[in-house]
Amino acid sequence: MTTVDTSASPPIVEAPISLRSTTRGGRLRDGLLKALLLLAVALSLLMLFALLAEMLIEGAPVLRTRLWGFLTGGLNSSPAVAGVWQGIKGTLMLVVIVAFVAFPLGVGAAIHLEEYAGDTRFARIVDVNIRNLAGVPSIVYGLLGLSIFVYGIGALAGGRPFRTVIAGGLTLGVLVLPIVIITAQEALRAVPSGIREGALALGATRWETIRHHIMPAATPGILTGTVLSLARAAGEAAPLLVVGAVTGVFFVGSQGLVEQIVSGRFTALPMIIFVWARLPAGQGWGVLAGAAAFILLLIVVLVNLTAIMLRNRYEQKW
Amino acid sequence: MMRGAGAISAVPAGGGLRADPRRHRRERLMRGIFQAAAWVSVIVTALIIVTLARQAIDWFLRADLATLWTIGWFPRRGMFDLPTLLIGTLLVSGIAMFVAAPLGLGAAIYLSEYARPRVRRVVKPVLETLAGVPSVVLGYFAISFITPNLLDPLLGKVGFFNLLSAGIAVGILTLPLVASVSEDALRAVPMALREAALGLGSRKAAVTLRVVFPAAISGIVAALVIGVSRAIGETMVVALAAGATGGSLRTWNVLEAGQTMTAAMASLAYGTDQVKGDALTFPSLFMVGAVLFIITLGLNIVGGRFVRRIRERY
Repeated sequence: MTTVDTSASPPIVEAPISLRSTTRGGRLRDGLLKALLLLAVALSLLMLFALLAEMLIEGAPVLRTRLWGFLTGGLNSSPAVAGVWQGIKGTLMLVVIVAFVAFPLGVGAAIHLEEYAGDTRFARIVDVNIRNLAGVPSIVYGLLGLSIFVYGIGALAGGRPFRTVIAGGLTLGVLVLPIVIITAQEALRAVPSGIREGALALGATRWETIRHHIMPAATPGILTGTVLSLARAAGEAAPLLVVGAVTGVFFVGSQGLVEQIVSGRFTALPMIIFVWARLPAGQGWGVLAGAAAFILLLIVVLVNLTAIMLRNRYEQKW
Repeated sequence: MMRGAGAISAVPAGGGLRADPRRHRRERLMRGIFQAAAWVSVIVTALIIVTLARQAIDWFLRADLATLWTIGWFPRRGMFDLPTLLIGTLLVSGIAMFVAAPLGLGAAIYLSEYARPRVRRVVKPVLETLAGVPSVVLGYFAISFITPNLLDPLLGKVGFFNLLSAGIAVGILTLPLVASVSEDALRAVPMALREAALGLGSRKAAVTLRVVFPAAISGIVAALVIGVSRAIGETMVVALAAGATGGSLRTWNVLEAGQTMTAAMASLAYGTDQVKGDALTFPSLFMVGAVLFIITLGLNIVGGRFVRRIRERY
């Protein structure tokens, strides 16, 4: 940082920035910097479109000819027939479970930290802890899910490992929980304290002010954060790989729905992409992987963009 | 703006609101519920640490520590060369930061210093959306686009699986994170500093590079540290694009296949129910996981310290 010497009489100030910058060389440097920065932004934006375009191009043969069959077919050893339906079903079930787990726990914890906890040492430790959890690699959450949910619940309930969609959903729920908490905290923090104080001054209990005044104001932000977290969970594959999603090419799910949820194996769209992308080239699996990747990417991008745009538009300016 | 006082539930006649025991019971109940929810996060951390520690310590006690320095990581054959994985992780995250740092910082500086509000409103959501791209998609992108279209023409035929294309893909994933944290840091610099420099006659470039950037340096360091942590923890991209499933030799050549810690964990988990292998193979999954956790936790704590400095400084 620069300092300006304002002591004593001479009003002459040591120009902290080189006066060279007003010359033609300076103008050139100015323009150069701006161009470089613009290039950086352009490249960054380009990435997203390049991804979408590449997936579309790679998957076009399948998407153009048998889109419906692709979306509704099950896994199969023949690339001409295989479809992603089981993956879509699995991802939907996972998202539902994650919503049930992460939303109540996350919003509840955020409410506690923002409204009840005060500035104690314990509250600050919990806050730091949550921020650190948000940075833990997803595969470590997979290990956690493997130990606690797959083997733990398995041991309690009869001995076989509990490699079900429930274990997968619980694992992903724990993974997105810190993100839900952080975004809910920010939404709650954005509500001006005048509203809280007014309600409390009129005799409302904390819960009453939260329920009737703070939550309605913070709900748009909280919902956006939750939707974004669900989209994140839908795209995760590493924890599912560890917890035991099916990685074989052919997968029979012929049990009844409830029985399958509770005891059957499962898969998800990102897992299917992973499996297909690793199969040997030249048999047509690459095309299928591209098509599945395009569908996943499209859904995630649409959900994200919509949620972010809605949040930006309905952000209340107090 | 208060929503009507009628929203508060039934007021007992006679004005005994203050003493209404139901309201207070409800208050105590809800307070307890929220506190329990907050405790869950603490429990999660404790569980992660316990789970990793138990199996990792078990592995260290039983394993022959000499196997930690063999020439390759082949866990199913009892060769647990951790440096192979560490080198792989280092190479991939180094390449990733080489991609993510200039592009992310450049985008952040542009958004914070140069962009008109209308441009910001379009670019920021796109960057945030890029942050949400699933990593399997990026892994597939590395195989189907980066290796054939970028690397082969420029560098001659490289291996189908190589660390370089995995590193580039991880860089694309990390870029939005670096951009958003450093943009926060740049915007936190008070306008007064910029105005003072401009008032003294400097051009925009000088203001940006010599005044604003140094003022935001702690936040920018935080962005880079957090970016590195994210790059280290990335699994699916390397599992797809860097190859080397059963194991890998120690290599510094980025044009060859290789494994990072995360990819090694993925491949160990991949075969868990079929091949238990040596009794040490499965727990080595947790051993690597523990090392990974410690490294990323350390980086996150350091990054967090720098982030707090952004807020405190001004």
